[in-house]
Amino acid sequence: MSMIKNLWKKRRDSVIAFGIVIVAYIAIQIMSMTGSLSYSMKGMLVPICAYIVMAVSLNLTVGILGELSLGHAGFMSVGAFTGIVVTTLLANIVPWDGLRLAIAMVVAAAAAAVVGVIVGVPVLRLSGDYLAIVTLAACEIIKSLVNVLYVGLDGKGLHISLIEQSFALEEGGKMIINGPIGVSGIDKISTFTAGCVLILVTLFVILNLINSRHGRAIMAVRDNKIAADSIGISTTRYKLLAFVISAAFAGMAGTLYAMNYSTVTAAKFDFNLSILVLVFVVLGGLGNIWGSVIAAALLTVLPELLRALNFSDYRMLIYAILLIALMLFNNSALKQRLLERKRAQKSAKTEGEVA
Amino acid sequence: MALLEVRDLGISFGGLRAVDEVNIQIEKGALVGLIGPNGAGKTTVFNMLTGVYRPTDGAIRLDGENVVGKKPYEINKMGIARTFQNIRLFGRLSVLDNVMLGFHNDVTYSLPTSLSHLGSYRKKEKQMQAKAMEILKVFDLDGQCDYKAANLPYGKQRKLEIARALATEPKLLLLDEPAAGMNPNETAELMQTIEVVRKQFDVTVLLIEHDMKLVSGICEYLYVLNFGRLLAEGTPSAVLSDPEVITAYLGD
Repeated sequence: MSMIKNLWKKRRDSVIAFGIVIVAYIAIQIMSMTGSLSYSMKGMLVPICAYIVMAVSLNLTVGILGELSLGHAGFMSVGAFTGIVVTTLLANIVPWDGLRLAIAMVVAAAAAAVVGVIVGVPVLRLSGDYLAIVTLAACEIIKSLVNVLYVGLDGKGLHISLIEQSFALEEGGKMIINGPIGVSGIDKISTFTAGCVLILVTLFVILNLINSRHGRAIMAVRDNKIAADSIGISTTRYKLLAFVISAAFAGMAGTLYAMNYSTVTAAKFDFNLSILVLVFVVLGGLGNIWGSVIAAALLTVLPELLRALNFSDYRMLIYAILLIALMLFNNSALKQRLLERKRAQKSAKTEGEVA
Repeated sequence: MALLEVRDLGISFGGLRAVDEVNIQIEKGALVGLIGPNGAGKTTVFNMLTGVYRPTDGAIRLDGENVVGKKPYEINKMGIARTFQNIRLFGRLSVLDNVMLGFHNDVTYSLPTSLSHLGSYRKKEKQMQAKAMEILKVFDLDGQCDYKAANLPYGKQRKLEIARALATEPKLLLLDEPAAGMNPNETAELMQTIEVVRKQFDVTVLLIEHDMKLVSGICEYLYVLNFGRLLAEGTPSAVLSDPEVITAYLGD
């Protein structure tokens, strides 16, 4: 019966964790209304939400599936530009911003998932360093393609062209994506509330996935491919499943991110962004979903916080030192000892319950 | 008809003929041993039976169905499960999760159910847990069901691997050196467990083993492999007194 109790306990733990996110959301909303948040901090709220979703979704590939991906920004890019096109198309049809953003995110998730399949099918035949390098290349390909993508909208409908602008727009038409110049004049409909809702949805879905037969199969593939195959689990299928779900959430994060700025270019979603998100995942702990949330939030706020505290000259230096310290801590004997103590307390408590 | 029929099985790795003209027939319910000196090709035969390697020659039939060319996970679904010489567990998952994974294709629910935990999720999970606990009890592992598999002592890891294989409800169970690295007490216990498992789960067993005591104690029939070819076959007493087998093991 202890197992069924465990199922309950798991559920209770995640309810508490979701509660913490909601409390944090309310606290920040109050701070923002009472004016105790600086202007630059306010501007960072939506990007932080997007980074959290990026980190959590990348953790599915890197921590849960166990394959290093260096191209997560590519899927974010697909989601961002898909979202922009969709919201522009819906501008007059769906007047309510929240709903328009939600629809855009769903379409963006689908588009990123499709790209995830296209990239994933060949890439997931590889593993380890090779897979990492090919995902990096895939991200660069996506960047280059978006860089030469021209999308315009006029009375006749949507015009799409690669390489150069090969279409002329009717009068009153609008260029949506303008090649390397990117997109300008975006309707900024992303809000902190939308970001928090997206975080909650992402956490709900990914934590559920981990505690299900599909999630277990993904972790089995991570721990031992040959053994997974030997008990009837198709390793290719579950690798692709994890990769595509991860890409879909990156797509949604992309829409959220893009709809927060007035201009967006393809160059924004580059290798550096992939690495930044990977840093969040690694520092938060591989496979540790809540660690990703905290790491993404803290490491995005930190440079701004240091600027506000008048460390502006040294802020990147302090940031770097903190990164190194965190990395050392994550591999240290001190952390092991702390974890062991916590485990010992926990088992003492459960034994007490049994008695 | 025999449960497993292997005819003229052979495989070459480049110029090396690792296994050649191997014929094996196993009747349903039998407990058969595959023995032979190091490098004789025993594990290679297992790898061909489970689809890890594709044989270059010959045929493998399970219950009359062709096995050659199928993917490992498809072969498992057809009814062959195995353990590994170098233990392959899902080390970071719990003991219970390891066995529950064996029921992956037996107790199923859809991806949307996995993502939302709605619908039949709890019912199916409980069902899977109950089934897994039942098997863990047989192997006396139920007390350690929430341990990480990698933290189990060696002998129990071997048992857990057998438990996980049995969870896939195979017709044929392949055990690759189940007693490797075990002390005499553990080996004796394992012999009993294999006997119990065979009756309780109604499974046919083919095992690779070096421990002659284990082999002659429980196997009804033996195949001896040497340099990739069958050297002898028959009842344990006949095979183990065969001068050719003794030479292969001990040298001239």
